Amino acid sequence: MRPAAVVGTGQTHHAAKRLDVSMAGLCREAVDRAMADAGVDWPDIDAVVLGKAPDLFEGVMMPELFLADALGAVGKPLLRVHTAGSVGGSTGNVAASLVQSGVHDRVLAVAFEKQSESNAMWALSVPTPFTMPVHAGAGGYFAPHVRSYIRRAGAPEHVGAMVAAKDRRNGAKNPYAHLKQPDITVESVRASTMLWDPIRYDETCPSSDGACAVVISSEPTSGRAAWIRATAMRTEPTTFAGRDQVNPQAGRDAASALWKQAGITDPLSQVDAAEIYVPFSWFEPMWLENLGFTDVGQGWKLTEAGQTEIGGLLPVNPSGGVLSSNPIGASGLLRFAEAAMQVMGTAGEHQVDGARVALGHAYGGGSQFFAMWVVGSEKP
Amino acid sequence: MTRPLSAPLDVGFDYTRSLGPTLGRFLSDLRRRRVTGIRGSDGRVHVPPLEYDPVTAERLSEFVEVAATGVVRGWSWTPEPLEGQPLDRPFAWALIQLDGADTSLLHAVDAGSPEGISTGARVRARWRGDRVGAITDIECFEISDAPADPPAEADDVTMVTTPVNLHYTHSASPTEDPFLRGLMEGRLIAQRCPECEKVYFPPRPACPTDGVPTTDQVDLADRGTITTFCVVNVPFLGQRIPPPYVSAYVLLDGADIPFLHLLLGVAPEDVRMGMRVEAVWKPREEWGPTMQNIDHFKPSGEPDAPFDSYSQHL
Repeated sequence: MRPAAVVGTGQTHHAAKRLDVSMAGLCREAVDRAMADAGVDWPDIDAVVLGKAPDLFEGVMMPELFLADALGAVGKPLLRVHTAGSVGGSTGNVAASLVQSGVHDRVLAVAFEKQSESNAMWALSVPTPFTMPVHAGAGGYFAPHVRSYIRRAGAPEHVGAMVAAKDRRNGAKNPYAHLKQPDITVESVRASTMLWDPIRYDETCPSSDGACAVVISSEPTSGRAAWIRATAMRTEPTTFAGRDQVNPQAGRDAASALWKQAGITDPLSQVDAAEIYVPFSWFEPMWLENLGFTDVGQGWKLTEAGQTEIGGLLPVNPSGGVLSSNPIGASGLLRFAEAAMQVMGTAGEHQVDGARVALGHAYGGGSQFFAMWVVGSEKP
Repeated sequence: MTRPLSAPLDVGFDYTRSLGPTLGRFLSDLRRRRVTGIRGSDGRVHVPPLEYDPVTAERLSEFVEVAATGVVRGWSWTPEPLEGQPLDRPFAWALIQLDGADTSLLHAVDAGSPEGISTGARVRARWRGDRVGAITDIECFEISDAPADPPAEADDVTMVTTPVNLHYTHSASPTEDPFLRGLMEGRLIAQRCPECEKVYFPPRPACPTDGVPTTDQVDLADRGTITTFCVVNVPFLGQRIPPPYVSAYVLLDGADIPFLHLLLGVAPEDVRMGMRVEAVWKPREEWGPTMQNIDHFKPSGEPDAPFDSYSQHL
């Protein structure tokens, strides 16, 4: 496998409703920034990989079809990737594999969601005949498993609020973030409305319109490069008897394969920054454990000690993460791109000083799809 | 073998699309009884206008007005129109090259019968009276040599609403079918995997772990343990139960996997993981092939189950 690197990243200004653009225009805003960042033009791109979450969100079957010309894919291979909320991460990994394998030299990866075209709570709660209609969107799905985590880990109730306050403060440093709340506090998060007990309003990701794009290349094009040290994806069924919904096997397996491939034996000391898919605050400590940054039941202690803040032992979501911007299909690629920005030193106000190795992570479905990559400033 | 039970599943939403500068101009002009195309890098005029050039991928910006009259370049007859189609009587779908355009627009032609249309026929737009800024502002095209109607004044549009309605017939699997028929008799029928011996309720066509059919039928009692739960306080579009309500994972005694159901008869703040519950059934005359025969679960009054008895089901 030959080395491949992220050589350019781009994203939109994320907002609840980007009514100034079409879906194509939204994607191009990110694509144009990524290509400018990489210093490449359309003839330099060999193939395009597009990711977005379920088609019911925009009501467009196969959006890759009508976006082909907007994505500069005419006369080139265009692939659609689809793994629910993790799709942005999977899109990055598929694009990376096309370069690592030697099939293409430069690949454009794009992911987007235009949530304002419909309503994700509705789209994720379509009642199936013969069942009991108690479903209530993604929050309703994940809240019971968050409760299980709190019980199993014996975590104090304020840890979730700490994550939310940290990520929103970080988002205030990110010019592209949807939510910018520099003055949010743990107390104000705890005072916000309980939506899906135990998940409060301020511990919940927003609903965003947005897109993200990265250019992946076998050789640097702009002088900057985030070398892809490892990629991993794993899957498991949504439900089966004895399934661990808090600490899914697929996530543990993906992380284990990822660290091995990257030559990382102690992730907590060897990774400088992590962009982890945290749509509900408590998923920070849950995924810290699932990813092997801490032992099982110990993730919340890292958060509570302030070690996941910028300047801590492991800054988590310096960009503000999914809690600050959530264009669902793009959210995973945003994690991957933000990790690349950290090691390229292009993260601006939310740059982690001296970051040389960073993690990008995404999960989707009922915590059943996992995609992750490790990027580094040095060529492997 | 009888056919498995099935039921209608209707999914519909009025999608709201923001148009951006190119599609916005096209639909705003349709409101004005004008058809606007866009010139590509190779000189071709694309109708409808493309946002990005299919050759260079650059954003296009040179709008070109074309006529609302043109030529049929190809067509297909629709003898039985479907819901949401432009006309409620038989019509032709046609590729229409408008005068001044280099590409063809897909639209309906009200031709009466297949004999009424031919490739090369001249057509003109039949404009709708109440135009909103949508492709349906052209009600259809009609076979005619006559000139188009004159333009009219109208405000710009920036959004379009696109209703999407899907009508499915949801069929139960052959494995679910006896389970659903059992519910009609007040029975809770699970199935056991012959390999791992896990008991699935509701049953699956195959064990997700071993991949083999779950063949052994097991009757379960209507009581169990709450493994975990959430309190839904948030109202949302399409919600079937008014909030607040407790959505709880119920692990029936003898089952190896919990399912989601409604918990009532207890204040939400008093619900606990490990709480013992029993089913409250609807009146028998209301029973059908559905888990909704159980109206809800309520606390049974038994002592809470110890954490270790259900911790492997979280």
